[in-house]
Amino acid sequence: MKLTDEQKAMLDGKYGEGAAYAMKIQVGIGECFDAERMVPIKRAHVALSNQDGDLWFAEKMVGYGAKCRVAPTVNPGFCLEHFAAASKHPVNAEDADHMRRTDNAYRTLGAVLSYNCTPYIATNVPNFGEVCAFSESSATPYVNSVWGARSNRESANSALCAAITGFVPEYGLLLDENRKGNIVVHVEADMKSAYEYHLLGMMGEKIGEGIPVFVGLPHTIRPEALRNLGAQLNTSGAYGMYHIVGCTPEAPTLEAALGGKAPDREVVITDKDLKEFEEEFSDEMKGNRIDFAMFGCPHFTLEEAMYIARRIEGKKLAVPMYILVSSHTVQMAERMGIMDILTAAGAELIGDTCPDQPCWHYLKGKVGITESPKCAYYPRRRNLHFVIRDLDTCIDAALTGEVR
Amino acid sequence: MAQRFACHKISEGKATAESILSPERIMFYQVRPEDGMMEEKDHAIEGEIIAKKVLIFPGGKGSSVVQQDGLYHLDQFHNMPAALIVKNPDPVLVAGAIIMQIPMVDRLPEEFYEAVRDGQTITVNADEGYVEIED
Repeated sequence: MKLTDEQKAMLDGKYGEGAAYAMKIQVGIGECFDAERMVPIKRAHVALSNQDGDLWFAEKMVGYGAKCRVAPTVNPGFCLEHFAAASKHPVNAEDADHMRRTDNAYRTLGAVLSYNCTPYIATNVPNFGEVCAFSESSATPYVNSVWGARSNRESANSALCAAITGFVPEYGLLLDENRKGNIVVHVEADMKSAYEYHLLGMMGEKIGEGIPVFVGLPHTIRPEALRNLGAQLNTSGAYGMYHIVGCTPEAPTLEAALGGKAPDREVVITDKDLKEFEEEFSDEMKGNRIDFAMFGCPHFTLEEAMYIARRIEGKKLAVPMYILVSSHTVQMAERMGIMDILTAAGAELIGDTCPDQPCWHYLKGKVGITESPKCAYYPRRRNLHFVIRDLDTCIDAALTGEVR
Repeated sequence: MAQRFACHKISEGKATAESILSPERIMFYQVRPEDGMMEEKDHAIEGEIIAKKVLIFPGGKGSSVVQQDGLYHLDQFHNMPAALIVKNPDPVLVAGAIIMQIPMVDRLPEEFYEAVRDGQTITVNADEGYVEIED
């Protein structure tokens, strides 16, 4: 790989040990994918996870004195105030300390402490064609597919390296020729809400490896649905990008999305595929009963919080409901009176928090309901169980304690 | 005579260890740190140990966090794989291997995949760009 004088100096440690280590990792990645050079970025998103490996790497960078040249937004861990010692379900001292260390490390590195996994909806939106470094399952496909920006499927670590050096190796989705679709996915299923996009994203095994081009979807699709599609594509497989003919900017026509070539594969997805997945993927309930409802994997938008508020206003939930959102959404909900409606019904609107965190220790062994397969998938290793259904069924289940 | 195959370096280093093949993509988050056993339900190598072995697999899967964090936990118990031979590397997997300093290579010829079996002694030398299967 050819490096500029500045990049060489960085690799040689003239910009500090942290920048040198970050550059070494990025050069390694670049060489793996035959990148010819490094190109500058102005924008990054780090999938901070507050997991042990994440903290280890962030503290290692702090130890090397690294500072971000491009301040990245970051994913959520859990909200220390919400799960504080005085709260209903406090985290133990060790878990609180872990989150505090993560918070300190990323603050020291100079990250934007946004603690939100949907930056592409409001806080960190790239321009068409802009090169950037986005990690996080739902974020990489969103910025590539919906905004037409250019990011590889960065890992949380490699995105942090990019934020520190201000460069990314040029390969893969940064280049025109690698952004064309090669799998045509004919969607014959009835895509009536954002939930069906969750299920469509979980068809990774059937879709196979490559860049899917979806045909048969509406030309206007809500951000929540597009968020869900990307999140689940990277739960069921590894996808940096997709196209939706007539909807996403690099797919005005099927021919354009495929770059004028014949597809390697064509796949049909029907209602039956989605229904079968829903059945197979759900954990077993005790009868029809569930213990809690959880939404916001990825984070729910203000509109979704408003929708739930309308559905449960003046009622009492039979089981706890957790709605995970950005701190911006929390603030808006407070300002708009949405928070009062949710709280009165027994729902908790929580900022800065992810379902795959130790703060949910008190839900161990219980069965929840969610509309997100990803929400069900990762916390399983923490012994949380989930049934997946569409949002309306989930809200009704939280109101009655039963899935109907 | 050992059979030698050329390969392409992804992450530096070398190791000699027993081989284990996975026909299915790997997520290191789903491997139990205490003994390096694949815990993922219905995975092709569910119940098998990958610790200290040369793992030969098609590629990675899962979120942008799961590979490095999974390897980190395995490392806490000295149960990381000795080396990785991959068909389709992706950035999340590659960053994980480089950061956790596991030798990893790709671009092995088809003859390698025809010759390789479970339980062989394999040397991966990423620095010099070759893989050897011992008799």
